Amino acid sequence: MKRVITVTVINQSGVLNRVTGLLMKRQFNIESITVGHTEQPNISKMTLVVNIEDDVKLEQLIKQLSKQIDVLKVNDITDKSIVLRELALVKVVSPPNLRLEMNAIVEPFRPQIVDTSKNVVTYQVVGHPDKIDAFIELVRPYGIKELTRTGVTATVREVQQSFYESAPLSLLK
Amino acid sequence: MTANASTNAKIDASPSGMQEVEKRPKNGAEILIQALHDQGVDIVFGYPGGAVLHVYDAMYKNPIRHILTRHEQGAIHAAEGYARVSNKPGVVIATSGPGATNLVTGITDAMIDSIPLVIFTGQVATNVIGSDAFQEADIIGITTPITKHNYQVQDVNDIPRIVKEAFHIANTGRKGPVLIDLPKNISTAIFDETKANVPDEVYLPGYQPNYKPNYLQIQKAIQAISEAKKPVVLVGAGVLFADACDELVEFVEKYRLPVVTTLLGLGSIPGTHELNYGMAGMHGAVVANDAITKSDLIINIGSRFDDRLTGDTSRFAPEAKIIHIDIDPAEIGKNIRTDIPIVADAKEALKALLKNDFKAPDTAEWIDYLNKVREEYPFWYEADDKEVLPQQIIELIHKITNGDAIVTTDVGQHQMWAAQYYLQNHSHQWVTSGGLGTMGFGLPAAIGAQFAKPDKKVISILGDAGFQMTLQELALLKEFNLPVKVIIINNAALGMVRQWQELFYDGRYSQSLMPVQPDFVKLAESYGIKGYRIQTIDEAEKILTEAINSDEPVLVDCRVKQLENVYPMVPAGKALFEMVGVKKF
Repeated sequence: MKRVITVTVINQSGVLNRVTGLLMKRQFNIESITVGHTEQPNISKMTLVVNIEDDVKLEQLIKQLSKQIDVLKVNDITDKSIVLRELALVKVVSPPNLRLEMNAIVEPFRPQIVDTSKNVVTYQVVGHPDKIDAFIELVRPYGIKELTRTGVTATVREVQQSFYESAPLSLLK
Repeated sequence: MTANASTNAKIDASPSGMQEVEKRPKNGAEILIQALHDQGVDIVFGYPGGAVLHVYDAMYKNPIRHILTRHEQGAIHAAEGYARVSNKPGVVIATSGPGATNLVTGITDAMIDSIPLVIFTGQVATNVIGSDAFQEADIIGITTPITKHNYQVQDVNDIPRIVKEAFHIANTGRKGPVLIDLPKNISTAIFDETKANVPDEVYLPGYQPNYKPNYLQIQKAIQAISEAKKPVVLVGAGVLFADACDELVEFVEKYRLPVVTTLLGLGSIPGTHELNYGMAGMHGAVVANDAITKSDLIINIGSRFDDRLTGDTSRFAPEAKIIHIDIDPAEIGKNIRTDIPIVADAKEALKALLKNDFKAPDTAEWIDYLNKVREEYPFWYEADDKEVLPQQIIELIHKITNGDAIVTTDVGQHQMWAAQYYLQNHSHQWVTSGGLGTMGFGLPAAIGAQFAKPDKKVISILGDAGFQMTLQELALLKEFNLPVKVIIINNAALGMVRQWQELFYDGRYSQSLMPVQPDFVKLAESYGIKGYRIQTIDEAEKILTEAINSDEPVLVDCRVKQLENVYPMVPAGKALFEMVGVKKF
């Protein structure tokens, strides 16, 4: 199962290495990891998407991460109501005669065109990783020249809906 | 200013000179030594080199007791032995590059056995870090997975704070090694006290170990203990680290609870105590493993359910509820399902259990049963009139020292025999490498233990192979006249490897025999140490008595039967109740 885990850390050199090294040592498989500053100085937040076999392993992961001296907080937010976002830059082959058609097809994904040349257009698409997967599948037949994704970042919604709590609709399960 | 430094100043300087000593700006190395004095460090094990020259120079001027081992691995194992016996953090200094990497085995050993150490390594200057400079090694990268925490000092003014934090981290919560990497230019940089930010109390927001047990969990534990018919207390090293042995004995005596221990928990309750059913696990006592298997309640205090203890985890204590008391929350539920988790220091948890007077379980029948099993299945060997058996040697050592000596071991057969036959009367006198199983541990650990307890008898029981991994440290026995008794259980083999090859590889002794050995007696003599040799059982007691009762360091080369095996044994992957070799064949 995929789990979304946020890790709040003190922003010291080597802290990313501590977290990823620990995951490697304990044989956890990282799907994606993003890191950035938070609203507090010297504190950063990582968002990990990890593939985990069972609840025992998940508990271990959270406990082992929490044990690190530079780690302040570890949360498994998978089953909460959360906002989950990823950004992708997709370079697609787009000859002028197809460009109008392509733009019409991708429109529901609300991508932005951030670069363009005679035969290639670069889309920036933001959203849930599933949406990005769908976007990629949509434009794949046209020929993807290059693809880069940021990995997932997430935040917990201010209002937790009881609907979600009673029936956990794990967004990534 | 410590007593030492001010005395020096008084001796070697006129009043004006003294003023100069007080006012002269200090460099990083001097601040580091000062910080060690401030932490009350009385002994350091180490080995100098280019990157720590300033530190050694500062040590020369502001003396701190430093023991120069003959290899960095010797230094760190000595510090481990010191820490185990004194229950204080061991301190190690080594230089950059090879000096630092030679510590790696010992750091890993300390990590897995939760031994508090503070390790200082030199590093190349900050402006060349990352350039593959002479004797540069990325020791922070190397030791991140094998330390509780590590630091690279980037600013000389951080030294006092980092040292204070390092000792705090090493010696609180679940103890462990902390490494401080000190670049050479930081050790020469001038310290500015106004910029040093040293808190009175260390506060680390991401590190708040929980000492006090949760009230509700203690109530649940009490209820489970009261209702139990076949309770067993499983004791690990956590009880020793928490200094909770008195509480443990009081608790089990009050409620008549049978006790079994792990390899590292030996000594937490006297070996001959009526409620102590001995060591459990792979080479544990039959009664201890039987107690776990038949128990309906395991009260684990400070053991981490290591695989050498549990055997097949899916069939471990199949009928028991499990109470697990551990200071490290990550250990709870890691290997064995837990019914009542209690995250707490062993001493605090035992105090909480003792504070409540509750209905004692009726264990009389259970204890009767265990006593019968204990009587029927003692540790056994078949004496041989031709060859000396290793078990006989350990029994003799026990008899001569009355179970009062500090015993250090290496790893392998001799270690298991020492654990089986040397019943410890006291706590903090059993020094062995448990989790990592480090050969070469025993001799340097004995040196550290003897420095910690100069008046105690220290017996270092070693295998011939492990001894040869760190035998260079014999020089220290002579140099400091440490009366360590080095007893080599010499079977001219890697005994445990050979035993497994005999049992599981049809006797194909692949690379486990050592037909050529040095003359250990002459080797001892070349270090200026008296050497003895035991070849028959008839001479064993006389020689061992003379050797052990001597006031000097001695080495005894005991030529024992090569093909002797350690029994009983839980074969790898089997459950505790599938022990083999429980009785004489």
